Amino acid sequence: MRPVRSGPFAAIAREAAELGHWIDARMGISRFWRSQAAEYYAPKNLNFWYFFGSLALLVLVLQIVTGIFLTMNYKPSAEQAFASVEYIMRDVSWGWLIRYMHSTGASAFFIVIYLHMFRGLMYGSYKAPRELLWIIGMLIYVCLMAEAFFGYLLPWGQMSYWGAQVITSLFGAIPVVGDTLMEWLRGDFYVSDITLNRFFALHVIAIPLVLLALVVAHLAALHEVGSNNPDGVEIKKYKGPDHHPVDGIPFHPYYTVKDIVGVVFFLTLFAAVVFFAPDFYGLFLEPANFEPADPLKTPAHIAPVWYFTPFYAILRAVPDKLGGVLLMGLAIVALFLLPWLDRSPVKSIRYRGPVFRLALMLFAITFIILGYLGMRPATGVYTLLAQVFTTIYFLFFVTMPFFTRYEKTRPIPDRVTYHG
Amino acid sequence: MSGEVDHGRRHFLTVATVVTGGIGAVLAATPFVLSFRPSARARALGAAIQVDISRLETGAMMTVEWRGKPVWIISRPESVLADLGNVESQLSDPDSVKSDQPEFAKNQYRSLRPEIAILIGVCTHLGCAPLYRPDAGSPDIGPDWPGGFYCPCHGSKFDMAGRVWAGVPAPLNLPVPSYRYVTDTTLIIGDDAGGTG
Repeated sequence: MRPVRSGPFAAIAREAAELGHWIDARMGISRFWRSQAAEYYAPKNLNFWYFFGSLALLVLVLQIVTGIFLTMNYKPSAEQAFASVEYIMRDVSWGWLIRYMHSTGASAFFIVIYLHMFRGLMYGSYKAPRELLWIIGMLIYVCLMAEAFFGYLLPWGQMSYWGAQVITSLFGAIPVVGDTLMEWLRGDFYVSDITLNRFFALHVIAIPLVLLALVVAHLAALHEVGSNNPDGVEIKKYKGPDHHPVDGIPFHPYYTVKDIVGVVFFLTLFAAVVFFAPDFYGLFLEPANFEPADPLKTPAHIAPVWYFTPFYAILRAVPDKLGGVLLMGLAIVALFLLPWLDRSPVKSIRYRGPVFRLALMLFAITFIILGYLGMRPATGVYTLLAQVFTTIYFLFFVTMPFFTRYEKTRPIPDRVTYHG
Repeated sequence: MSGEVDHGRRHFLTVATVVTGGIGAVLAATPFVLSFRPSARARALGAAIQVDISRLETGAMMTVEWRGKPVWIISRPESVLADLGNVESQLSDPDSVKSDQPEFAKNQYRSLRPEIAILIGVCTHLGCAPLYRPDAGSPDIGPDWPGGFYCPCHGSKFDMAGRVWAGVPAPLNLPVPSYRYVTDTTLIIGDDAGGTG
């Protein structure tokens, strides 16, 4: 108990505490806080790879806040969209900052998510009992790709326009219903004002709502099964007399404080890009997009933003249009199946053999190289390389049931350990 | 009245409620799904256009916009028409069996009148706009280039009749819109829904 004090501040504090009790009796906020934070036990050995979940949440908030302020000056029409973005950049007070935060945030989101997913691959975070957690996460990833795609049309630059043209025409490859489906998506016979208007609606309200719901589901599933950890052992196995895992520590204050370190580090890098290299050398904002959309003139070279290029390289590696579309879809579907492709008895890379380590490294390098190839023109040697690395990408998934099942693993510890 | 629950009746009522509600949900969703289709205004703006080609010189190309897509009108000289037969071994669909065109254009020239070619200038791969490159042997495309259309996006090649080469990403020949001549030098493009894609 705190010592009893008097004076106006003590009176206000008493009133505030009173209000708190009143609300708590009607809503159970403190019980929720205890169960989800103050008495939610996370493994004590989480390393820096565990920053990226909370960072993804931070970027989501940044995108929503900056996005709301952008809609206040943006005009979703083919006539005015490009000019309204220039207006935000030049005439709206601090508009340039809000816009650059939003455009940089899009790339930051994918950097953070790709690292978050790689963490899951390294430590086997998708394995039982976290299969559903992984699937919800993959749904978030797919949603995020849709969100980024719809958002990219809004500035109505040349790359916005032709990117949308290329991606919507992918649906035209579907036999029989393709053309009808394509017109249904565009709402017109081509990417037009109508398409822009509906992409705006999808980008600012429909997809974000789905995204938020999925994030809630992702967190609910996480807090049900608990975080995995770099050792891949379940901390719920050993509980102390207080019924809490002996290898767990309360999320708050331990991990809230730790995550703030990650946030500071992230925001430093983020601000550096926003202030000093907002187009990030043509990777975050493509040069062709500083030119207004022209339906009659194709840019000499169409490439999506960097976070889509690995899949774009797979699409172009196949000489057949429908085949390319199917293979690109399969590249994403394969990730959903990971929990069932991995037959290893251990989760973490720490206790797996050299074949898995090699395969995972090769996969990560392949993904980056495909990303590079997706930015290059589809000619001779680039197409050949794209075909080679597309093959490696799929070999990772196809051979996984075999090398994970037969590879000898090292004995896993009973409890979590600390490595350097 | 007995206190026993009639499970059969309860099950029937549950299923009946779910089915009725499900049908209602599908019906209620229909207007929202259909609202995504091209609107009456979009369809009206996609109507046929009239084009005057009296000033089109031999060897030149003019571009008109129809449904937001570039429609090319090319006046091909005799020499080009004579060469069309020579490139057929390199083509993927020389007889336009799989490709999209009105019945009258399903020939070597892919046109109503051999000298006037009318094509939709949208690559059949991913919708880019190919370039008109009649310059044979151009160094940036290749010494064996006989002239035609070249797509800068993914390197698809088409001959002077819009027929696609074999071994390039584009699967089909450039589409031909439906059109007819009103006079010798006046065209109506997009007169019916067929052959557009």
